[in-house]
Amino acid sequence: MSPSHRDRALGWVLRATAALVAAIVVLIVAFLVVESAGVLRKLGPLRFLTDPSWHPTSGSFDLTAMLLGSLLVTVGAVVLATPAGVASALFCRYYAPAPLAKLYGRMIEVLAGIPSVIYGMWGLMVLVPLIGKWQPPGPSLLAAVLILTLMILPTIALFSDAALAKVPDRYVRGAAALGLTRWATLRGVVLPAARSGLFTGVLLGMGRAIGETMAVLMVCGNVVQTPGSLFDPIRPLTANIALEMGYALGDHRSALFVSGLVLMGMVVVLVGTAELVSRGRLHG
Amino acid sequence: MIPPAAPPAHTPASTQSRVLAAGARPMVEAQRVSVRYGKHVAVEDVTVSIGRQQITALVGPSGCGKTSFLGTLNRLSDLIPGCEVAGRVSVDGEDIRARGFDLVGLRRRVGMIFQKPNPFPLSVRRNLEFPLREHGVRDRARVAEVVEQSLRNVGLWAEVKDRLDAPALALSGGQQQRLCIARALALEPDVLLMDEPCSALDPLSSGVVEDLIGQLRAQYTVLIVTHNLAQARRIADNVALFWAQGGPGRLVEHAPTEAFFESPRDPLTIAYVGGLRG
Repeated sequence: MSPSHRDRALGWVLRATAALVAAIVVLIVAFLVVESAGVLRKLGPLRFLTDPSWHPTSGSFDLTAMLLGSLLVTVGAVVLATPAGVASALFCRYYAPAPLAKLYGRMIEVLAGIPSVIYGMWGLMVLVPLIGKWQPPGPSLLAAVLILTLMILPTIALFSDAALAKVPDRYVRGAAALGLTRWATLRGVVLPAARSGLFTGVLLGMGRAIGETMAVLMVCGNVVQTPGSLFDPIRPLTANIALEMGYALGDHRSALFVSGLVLMGMVVVLVGTAELVSRGRLHG
Repeated sequence: MIPPAAPPAHTPASTQSRVLAAGARPMVEAQRVSVRYGKHVAVEDVTVSIGRQQITALVGPSGCGKTSFLGTLNRLSDLIPGCEVAGRVSVDGEDIRARGFDLVGLRRRVGMIFQKPNPFPLSVRRNLEFPLREHGVRDRARVAEVVEQSLRNVGLWAEVKDRLDAPALALSGGQQQRLCIARALALEPDVLLMDEPCSALDPLSSGVVEDLIGQLRAQYTVLIVTHNLAQARRIADNVALFWAQGGPGRLVEHAPTEAFFESPRDPLTIAYVGGLRG
């Protein structure tokens, strides 16, 4: 084959791969839509928000408690993990001595790679009993928030570090030449300059938090209710799908696909926002 | 101890008298200053006295240590990993390399302008306000007054007064550089270090900035690194030639501008001014 032919062949292989990946996304969404269409058409979308409770085998399909559960664990984890993740990146890049920074960076990467079920195991065996001793029963919104915080912390820390790395050195030198302290430089110049990258990291961490199933399922208690306090058990949408999919039939099964569709929608909104932010259209 | 090598012929003793009037107190003084990066010695044994409220141009070919030397005067060289400075540097009589010296105060008094304009990615106004506030100027009316005055001093007020809250990075290169000068002036420094402040600008902006630097004479002590001999001749009161001959850069000649160009003493200066070298 001549070089130009090889070039063209490679081009087609890459095109085909890209098309396949794009097709998978479309197919999954289409699959969710098709599977949930029956119950959506039969009951109407409003029933999922207005029914009195989640008793799908008796025809009651309220998702709000679980939707709220998903939102609360996500928001809680993001609120805790964002300052910790950004602080970790600032430490790594501006305060830690070089060898320590390298070691610390590797540890964060390992943290990002730990399987979620391991986090769940640790939560179940250590965190839940601790919370239970303090405020029974133990499996709770708080436990889920803390486990999720640990899980998305490395995501936010790694993205923050990448965002800080992109801040031009001339800003830092310029700030030093003006007699600004290191903290003033970080607060007033570096963080604003890295803002859109930091925001992208937070949104991706948030996406991970919304979608996380196993670790949360193991520590959240899985009671379908609107929590009255941090110590009440909850059940987020993801855990619900995992718990009931094995035996659900008919409308119940379709209703689980509706919750899948809702989760998918939330993630699409997040990714879209992240894209806009990184292009600098928002806050940038 | 082995006594230091006898100074070569073109040392300060012979040049200082040409630059500073007898009894005048210099603003910046370097004594036997050397800068090394690891094993590489960039500048060696520079001794020079810089007079108050004068413009001193540091000239010489690339890589002869002018910028390295400049970085020792506000201790920005501290930020470069592996950079070691030896010798004594004093500003207004104070040894700035003394242990525990107030760096924040030093850098407030010794401002720096870089080759590439480096306004912060903030609004025009915030670029000026932020360093002021950090240095303890908090009164709103006072801050607004200094912002306006600094922008007027660099001739930027008329151009930006209607877009003070626009991003500074949206300004042209020349405007950005003048903003950086305004930002340094807002802190009321005694000394301004400028590292080729015009070389990244288009000819028109370069002319505007050069005129501005000329106006800073009599208010500030300015040290400006430039590759442009014509520029040095136009704006400087004194010129210092740095030269690296196979080894580290050294100060070759330091003289009043007219003497430097009309009656240079060192053969290297004669050749450089005559355009034969560099």
